[in-house]
Amino acid sequence: MSLASQLIQYLFTGLTLGSIYALVALGFTMIYNATSIINLAQGEFVMLGGLIMVFCTMVLKIPLYLGFPLTILAVILLGMLFERLAIHPLKEASLITLIMITLAGSILFRGGAMVLWGRDPYALPLFSQSSPVQFLGATLQLQIFWILGITVLAVLGIYYFFNRTLTGKAMTACAFNALAARLVGINVRKMVLLSFGLSAALGAIAGTIITPVTLMEYDRGPLLALKGFAAAVLGGLGSGLGAVIAGFLIGILESFGAGLISSGYKDAIALLVLLVILWVKPSGLLGSEEESGLKKY
Amino acid sequence: MRKNDLYLIGVIAVAVTLFPWVVGGNQYFISLLVFIGINSIVTMGLGLLMGYAGQISLGHAAFFGLGAYSSGILTTQYSFHPLAALLLGIILSATIAFLVGKPTLRLKGHYMAVATLGFGEIMFIVFNELSPLTGGPSGLSGIPPLAFGEILLEGKTYLYLVWAMVLFLLFFSLNLINSRVGRALRAIHGSELAANAMGVDSSYYKVQVFVLSAIYASLGGSLYAHFITFISPSSFSLMFSILLLMMVVVGGTETIWGALLGALVITLLPEYLRGLEDFEVLAYGAILMAVLLFMPKGILEGARRLGGRLTGAK
Repeated sequence: MSLASQLIQYLFTGLTLGSIYALVALGFTMIYNATSIINLAQGEFVMLGGLIMVFCTMVLKIPLYLGFPLTILAVILLGMLFERLAIHPLKEASLITLIMITLAGSILFRGGAMVLWGRDPYALPLFSQSSPVQFLGATLQLQIFWILGITVLAVLGIYYFFNRTLTGKAMTACAFNALAARLVGINVRKMVLLSFGLSAALGAIAGTIITPVTLMEYDRGPLLALKGFAAAVLGGLGSGLGAVIAGFLIGILESFGAGLISSGYKDAIALLVLLVILWVKPSGLLGSEEESGLKKY
Repeated sequence: MRKNDLYLIGVIAVAVTLFPWVVGGNQYFISLLVFIGINSIVTMGLGLLMGYAGQISLGHAAFFGLGAYSSGILTTQYSFHPLAALLLGIILSATIAFLVGKPTLRLKGHYMAVATLGFGEIMFIVFNELSPLTGGPSGLSGIPPLAFGEILLEGKTYLYLVWAMVLFLLFFSLNLINSRVGRALRAIHGSELAANAMGVDSSYYKVQVFVLSAIYASLGGSLYAHFITFISPSSFSLMFSILLLMMVVVGGTETIWGALLGALVITLLPEYLRGLEDFEVLAYGAILMAVLLFMPKGILEGARRLGGRLTGAK
């Protein structure tokens, strides 16, 4: 393979990874906006999406177009259940308790997945079975296009929801000022529940589309969550558009880093980006200075 | 330091001294108590950081690993004396804690948690990838046991060494929190803004405690490496950081004693959960969740409150 086609290969791998990080980052953003909590169990939604999809296709033998919505629905329910049982009861909890509770949730999900699926990684068939296409000398699996397409649709859906629907606007209001939102009659508690549901849905989508490429196992969550969080911070925490752009950026950085520098340290790239951004400019690349003055880092 | 604390330290010293005879020299029970001691050393530092400075760290397994690998690598590959290796490990951990802590401790709450989590994961990757030194994923074996001249420390004598350290650090920590530094830390925990306004240099104290907790963790790691003589990266993963946090939270952060109690409970837990096999992680999650929801101040405080409710006292 020539260098040019190799670079194209890296680019598309990066876009694939980036889609997943973008979806995870968007999930973080949503819960953060509604509650100021960073949900450390975000990566577990991805893992659950992948493994429940495996259960639907491999055990129940449900066709893809049915298994996909079913999986997402199941993870949404789990996400909402988590909010009701763990987040909701904490009214005046200390910050350390708030941080630990989502961590406890992530251990619970991971432990549950280990009991149900064991420690082995699972594979899923590709969404379409046709052979890979050649593009400028690079070999591209069709799954890449499924991943990119579904990610774009999900992001557009979220955009539509927040900008064109009343519920979405109510949620945006909560993000800006929960007290003021309550004063104009918005049910903030319901919006928090909804944000967990939506963010679980995004995680589940990411899990179902990536599993055919990278396999999935019970303990994949924490690293995915960290990289997604790196994207969310890089994009300016709270900014949906920033999260998506930064997600792709980190995916591409990681794929080029793995190909050109060292594959062993590829996981460290996103984490280094995270640390450097937090140290140097915690408001992120796209976060506005003015807005960041209101936030607590 | 209160009188009760001194009595309790004395009671523990006597109990640990008699322990080998009580269990009839049973190596399994002795090593269990060694692990409880090692974990206590780490959780005391973490307890100071969380309970007194109000900062959270999800990356302390990294400092534990730094101590363990410093001891392991320097003694096996460069034939250092274990004591010199242990001290170098502490210096290395303290330096890294200072460099990482200075920018990280400016962050608050969730950001601090995620930054330390990221640091821990990076160190975990380094332990795995730096295979010429660390032996990579398959680990580093043949670490010599601790010895002073002719006297080899193992079994009973190692137990005494570890617990002498625990009690010394306990004494030190209890004194620390009743000193100027301790009062400054509690002021920061209460309100950083108010503390700053009163002339407490909060970032200075926070970094100091962070470095101190890294030193405790590194010491624990070195003691661990010399005790089990084989180390691999999986012992220093995120799960261990979480377990350490669990010990502190379960024991309670109100006093340093909570850190000891938590280390005792969580170290013994797997011995009883072993029959559950695959349910172990699930059980950890459930226990942590239950403690956070029903006894957010730890089992020590929870038991006290429950006792108060039962006897009708306030």
